[in-house]
Amino acid sequence: MNLEHLRKIAHLSRLELSEEEEQKLLPSLNNILLWMDKLNEIDTTGVEPLIMMTEEINIKREDEVKQDFTREQVLKNAPQTDGEFFIVPKVIE
Amino acid sequence: MFESLSKIQSALKEKSISCCELVEYHLQRAGEHQNINAFLEVYAEEAIASAKRIDKKISKNEVGKLAGLGLGVKDNICYKDHRMQAGSKILDGFISQISATTIARVLEEDAIIIGRQNCDEFAMGSSSENPHFGHVKNFHDLERVAGGSSGGSASAVAADMCLASFGSDTGGSVRQPAAFCGVVGLKPTYSRVSRYGLVAYGSSFDTIGPITKCVEDAALLLEVMAGQDKNDATSSSRSVPSFSKSLNNFNTNWKIGFVSDTLNHSLISPEVKNAVFGVLKWLEGNSFAVSEAFFPLLEYIPPTYYILSAAEASTNLARYDGIRYGLRTENPENLEALYKKTRAEGFGDKVKRRIMLGNFVLSSSYYDTYFTKAQKVRRLIKGETEKLLSQYDFLVLPTTPTTAFKADKFDENNVVEAYLADLFTVQASVSGVPAISIPVGKDSNGLPIGLQIMSKHFEEEKLLSFAYFIEQNFTKKA
Repeated sequence: MNLEHLRKIAHLSRLELSEEEEQKLLPSLNNILLWMDKLNEIDTTGVEPLIMMTEEINIKREDEVKQDFTREQVLKNAPQTDGEFFIVPKVIE
Repeated sequence: MFESLSKIQSALKEKSISCCELVEYHLQRAGEHQNINAFLEVYAEEAIASAKRIDKKISKNEVGKLAGLGLGVKDNICYKDHRMQAGSKILDGFISQISATTIARVLEEDAIIIGRQNCDEFAMGSSSENPHFGHVKNFHDLERVAGGSSGGSASAVAADMCLASFGSDTGGSVRQPAAFCGVVGLKPTYSRVSRYGLVAYGSSFDTIGPITKCVEDAALLLEVMAGQDKNDATSSSRSVPSFSKSLNNFNTNWKIGFVSDTLNHSLISPEVKNAVFGVLKWLEGNSFAVSEAFFPLLEYIPPTYYILSAAEASTNLARYDGIRYGLRTENPENLEALYKKTRAEGFGDKVKRRIMLGNFVLSSSYYDTYFTKAQKVRRLIKGETEKLLSQYDFLVLPTTPTTAFKADKFDENNVVEAYLADLFTVQASVSGVPAISIPVGKDSNGLPIGLQIMSKHFEEEKLLSFAYFIEQNFTKKA
């Protein structure tokens, strides 16, 4: 991973990194990736990726309209609301 | 102080103690040991009010299974109308609008919640050195870490600030701090316990598990916590045995495999190794068949675990955006800046690194090389673990390579070394099998040593009986 790559991942991660943070992260991430490359020693030809860890499959519920939370509860923890909606900076000019 | 809930309940029955007195004792201990930094918040008034209510129920003889149990809760498990922030600044001011299913179930049985406990931020780490709330100290040696990520939960039980705690275990976060603090830590089978109300980290690994002073209490808590939950579609529909009633059902025909790749590992301390060999020899002396089990994939488990858990973490932590809850940066110039600055201010370095790593292994150019590869290796690790567990009833290994290490040992220059603190606990996490850590002695510095036992999926009943047998006949008599 190089600096340009690191910046792209930081953007995808929606993280603003200072130059100092970038300088610390880059070698540290590269060390970890090098260590992770160890998995290439294992032959996984023909092995299916393991995705589901539970044995419960297709657990469904009735598709019915119900209210788990009131509007007040949903907005309670928001940093900025008008009592009805979440407020964010203007998106459309 | 009381060593188990059953002893407390006998005393409550004889009226030699009340729930109020028990809660006051825990609160007094929490006050005396504030320097351990185990609790982020103590609910003193509320706990006393609950104790009074339960004392009344006791006098009317209509009391729940967990009466007399003062419970500490790791700061990543929701308790309705109480603060919860996963040890992170990004959830500053957050108040839970629900109780986790596990919390609702223990409250139903009259447990009393003492407070919320410090941990590694978002449960990522093995030392509970929290960048926002300070380090948790080990009750046995204040210079040393309590382990992590459920360090506050384990140190609080060791110091009698509560009788038991709820921790969460993604790669060892219940078992490793339990070993470092000389208490019992149980990671149930993946899906045995509902994750509803637990802050998501690595969703294919996360479990809530009890940290207790004895195996009996772990069994009792598990039987209350476990079982299917409509709010967690992955939770298991299997029936939940009365674990605490079958602790004496041990069987000397059980076959024990000791994982020699762990005991011969270069990172293991001689004292931990000797302690584990001591137990194995004792088991042999008690006519258990003990033999060497080989797990050649050991070295591949931590990288597999870190690729997958980082990927899942980066996905799960995308929800912290400064809009719906928690911290928001001041005066962002636009929406993108709001996201980026809020997250930069709210997350600590370790969490940022994990998010970056996760998004890297999930990015389109590297997805197959890292993420899919790790999912394939996970299948091999799970398969080999199951194969061993078909040959042996239990696999026995140390919980940790060393006893508790000193604070400030790890920073960005030795991340891989820090990741290896989980070397012996990640096998159960990657495979989804249950595992328990029980204390089996101390090293020459007086630091606790933990023994780890793994069993087949959903065989907690056997696992707990075997752990109970060792606790009652080895640990207590040593």
